[in-house]
Amino acid sequence: MVLNWKTGGVLLGFVFFLAVLLVKPIGVSTQFVILDAIVADAVNPELITQTDDGAYTSTNAYLAKSKGKYAKNASNPLNYSFIFVIAMMIGAFASAKARGGIGKDEAKLPAIWYANYGDTPVKRYAVAFIGGFVVLYGARLAGGCTSGHMMSGMMQTSLSGYIFAAGAFLAAIPVAMMVYKKGA
Amino acid sequence: MQIVLALVIGAAFGATLDRIGATNPNWIIRMLALRNLHLMKTILLAIGTGSILMFGGQMLGLVDVMHMSVKSAYVGVFIGGLLLGGGWAASGYCPGTGVCAAASGRKDALFFIAGGLLGAAAYMVTYDSWKASGLLDGIAGGKVTLGTVPGSKFEGMMALPGDILGIVLGLVFVIVAFVLPDSLVGGGEEVAAA
Repeated sequence: MVLNWKTGGVLLGFVFFLAVLLVKPIGVSTQFVILDAIVADAVNPELITQTDDGAYTSTNAYLAKSKGKYAKNASNPLNYSFIFVIAMMIGAFASAKARGGIGKDEAKLPAIWYANYGDTPVKRYAVAFIGGFVVLYGARLAGGCTSGHMMSGMMQTSLSGYIFAAGAFLAAIPVAMMVYKKGA
Repeated sequence: MQIVLALVIGAAFGATLDRIGATNPNWIIRMLALRNLHLMKTILLAIGTGSILMFGGQMLGLVDVMHMSVKSAYVGVFIGGLLLGGGWAASGYCPGTGVCAAASGRKDALFFIAGGLLGAAAYMVTYDSWKASGLLDGIAGGKVTLGTVPGSKFEGMMALPGDILGIVLGLVFVIVAFVLPDSLVGGGEEVAAA
């Protein structure tokens, strides 16, 4: 069972506060770009280069933007933001294990998918793959995701956080209603 | 030290996402279809709590204002938000909860991550066209907060004191979390909580 929203909300809010108190606001989606860049640079070492004065740049304009910030992080994966996402996975893994795991059925298919489409894992995995593509393309276009824009952004009263949340819910609510008609 | 903090805060974040049901697509979809708003209440309370603690801490001088990081506002934020929202509802995952769901053993989340890596790569190679379109150019001041936060490097849209406004809006989020009903739309049979 999930935590009561009052406990869970205070706990989650405290984690977001802790991040901004000790380091900086939480964000996740940039690390998909960093992992892509690490892989791409391994295949083609000319993607990310270092100039004589130590600065990083890339033949890809996106990695080179903001003075090569992404190019630098991809060349040095042991940085705060990348390790943060690895640690998130460790935390979620340990937490799921501690509450007895998610069960064999859920691991294969979420119950709400089963309620709407039955035992169709291939179809579900295709939707998850395409969904992931659209989510990350959108997140990079927006410059952040649910963590960075919506949670961290609105918490800091950023205008961009409100614009992002408006767009996200405007699309998400009708899509959720149409795709998943069953399952309360 | 930074790495230690990344490990501690990241693990706490991942564990919390798991415990509130955010890594579970059933809860995400029920929330987005407005059938069960338990997770929405959690998220609203979290934003409010975080806001009140951060701005309160700033006013007491306990929180470094320079730790704030405000993202730019541009038309692409809205378009990207629409895309993310559509994919979020269809898959039940967003970037952070997707990686945590995969770690908790969900097979479909692995496909979400694979699609996500390809989507991020697709943005990398199409970035030039977006840049040239002007849709990434800042609007309403770009990196702005709603009020003007004292000591912040980010400008305010309004001259109102941004820290007090932050606490007031934080309280609004908390109040909305409390008054929001458990459900706005009925329908469908109960899905066993997983």
